[in-house]
Amino acid sequence: MDDGRPVDPVPTQTLEAFADTIIPGVRRFPGDRAISGVAAEDGAVAAGALAVLADPALGLADALNGMAGLLNMHAGDYARKHDVRLDTTVPAFVSLSFEERTALVQDLTDPQHPEREVWFGAALFCTMAFDSAPHLSTSDALAQGHPGLALLGFAAPEADGLWRFPRFSYERPLADPHPDTTPTGSPA
Amino acid sequence: MSATEKFDVVVVGSGFGGAITAYHLAAGGASVLVLERGPWLTGDDFDHDFKLGSSYTRIFDFTVGDGMSVLAGNCVGGGSVVYFATMPRAPGFVFERHGSIGRRMWPAAIDRAALDPWYDRVSEALPVTPQAWHDVPYAGGLFAAACAHAGRTANPVPSAIDKPKCTNCNWMMAGCKFDAKRSLLLNYLPAAVANGAEIRPLHEVQRLTRTADGGYRVHFNLVDGTDYRVSSPGGTVEAKLVVLAAGAGATPVILQRSAAALGTMPDAVGRYFSGNGERLNTAVINDERAREVLGLDRGDGQAYRAHQIGKGPCVASWDKLDPRLPEYSRFSLEQLYFPPGLGTILAQVPGATGPSWFGREKKDMLREWQSWLTIFAMTEDDNEGVFGPPPATGNAERIAQQMLGRGALSYRPTANTRRGWAQSDADVKDILERDGIARVAPWSNDLVGAYTVHPLSSCRIGDDPATSALDDRHELRGHPGIFVTDGSAVPGALTVNPALTIAALAERAVPGLVRAARQRGVDVTYGAPSPSAAPTAAVASHG
Repeated sequence: MDDGRPVDPVPTQTLEAFADTIIPGVRRFPGDRAISGVAAEDGAVAAGALAVLADPALGLADALNGMAGLLNMHAGDYARKHDVRLDTTVPAFVSLSFEERTALVQDLTDPQHPEREVWFGAALFCTMAFDSAPHLSTSDALAQGHPGLALLGFAAPEADGLWRFPRFSYERPLADPHPDTTPTGSPA
Repeated sequence: MSATEKFDVVVVGSGFGGAITAYHLAAGGASVLVLERGPWLTGDDFDHDFKLGSSYTRIFDFTVGDGMSVLAGNCVGGGSVVYFATMPRAPGFVFERHGSIGRRMWPAAIDRAALDPWYDRVSEALPVTPQAWHDVPYAGGLFAAACAHAGRTANPVPSAIDKPKCTNCNWMMAGCKFDAKRSLLLNYLPAAVANGAEIRPLHEVQRLTRTADGGYRVHFNLVDGTDYRVSSPGGTVEAKLVVLAAGAGATPVILQRSAAALGTMPDAVGRYFSGNGERLNTAVINDERAREVLGLDRGDGQAYRAHQIGKGPCVASWDKLDPRLPEYSRFSLEQLYFPPGLGTILAQVPGATGPSWFGREKKDMLREWQSWLTIFAMTEDDNEGVFGPPPATGNAERIAQQMLGRGALSYRPTANTRRGWAQSDADVKDILERDGIARVAPWSNDLVGAYTVHPLSSCRIGDDPATSALDDRHELRGHPGIFVTDGSAVPGALTVNPALTIAALAERAVPGLVRAARQRGVDVTYGAPSPSAAPTAAVASHG
């Protein structure tokens, strides 16, 4: 951070591991524990999930440390229930395998789970970071090769930053209209 | 301290229900104030940008409820600014529906024939025009071709889009930068302003109280222009007549909050909410099969891969809008575009072996995003929605500074509604999975419940006082001088996009509003020309 304070690695790693469970990515460096490395190209973390989660405009920023703690508590419960041995040198959720993280996120977002809204909200913001990059101007994100927009194949704008598709139609009739269509083009 | 401002009419909300009534009342000579809780943006203010704080998040609200989430406009012009401008008339059988009450839901005075002249009037004003096949983007063309291949019909749908101006950018939910979408910012609202109506954005009406002379005092908060979580008491204005048009997610909340001062509300205030029976499916198109089976070719080596290109829904299949079919089994299917962000999270991976909405397989599905085709079903739901106690202010506890909030609506779909969704899902699958054209899955309802972009019926018209909050002139039962003219007045699901019907009902309500105003001593007449004949210069930005 700019002010030189150390960034607490526990919530950061934990939330990165959560984001990587939503849209998995490739490890950033050897020994990267937060990212489980099940995908061959960048995922939600590289797309900016932590920046989106922490964006004051979205209302979760103040809750993130608490959410990370809660997630690690759930991971501990999960480990006990499923006889998973945790590596205590990393946060409990980070210690889980990708499959275990996935199973836990499925539990936490189940319609019956009391915290479903919290974890769905976090998953929504991680997904948005990947597929729409709401922390960046979309034109800039595309110019920077944002991994999510690139994976979607989201087309780039014209030079003025606006989207136009001059060719957009097959330009021929492709079905018969309903026989009861009225002269205004509406159903009868 | 200055005296309380007084107007003949205060209109709450500036979407179809507010803009149309405000125009006619102002043009007829009444003093009209429009209070709108959202900001005032016009063409140049609309961004092609997903960034938080751009027009996309400023003018659009996603209100999570218990079992139903509502997407709606939040700006001057309301839904017309964020909508896709798809404007079919409701089929005739809709007006004969009984729904959950065992008798006709609509007032006896209204059927399709009775509403057609009002549909005509709105269609002239916006205007609404038919679409030809050369107007139809690839996604609509593909859906039409798949329908034809399945032995079905498919229609280009009438729309309020100025086609030559349209760039098929699909940024419609962020507002139209090219003024191609004929929102209310281009017709009724500037015509209302030209006739003396005043529009005040970022004024969120909280409740109504009575004045000593039989009118109403309208209490509002001032909403911060950037952080909508921040609001401050704004004051009051007085009116002889109040038109509530805050949207089906907000109008009943204002009335609930007003009950303490105004007295008991009709039982149907905040009940009978309909999500228009809406349901989404996402198909992933196999480009090779689209070419081989449907004979499609864009001329650049691709058959489709054009999800991003277009102007919202352009083609619909109306085969199941058959009046001979039993209620709850009739629906339309419409090709649709939803942008990334909200438009991807709920899409489920067809045939997923693991989690269907996140994870490895979801990422693989996103890789095929340009091959997505979203199909929108509008079915007949059972008016299951009920509003709980109102939040402290507005209609939601706002979570994010813009766009995201939590409301008090609960919705438990009945077997009728669920069966309609299942039938429409099966129909979409039958059309699009035929001969390997696509793999299809419905959006998940497990995460935010059902969802609607067309909230309706939470304060509806009808003939039965037990099941309708408004009489057939849109006046609130037991509270003379309060009228409701937005989507909440529509009795039930329409099986098609409702904007034109909401607008036609608002036009139809105006003569009654004028009579009610005259009875209260307001010097106002009825008979203003269509705003298409009035000045339509875009109003200045007040963003």
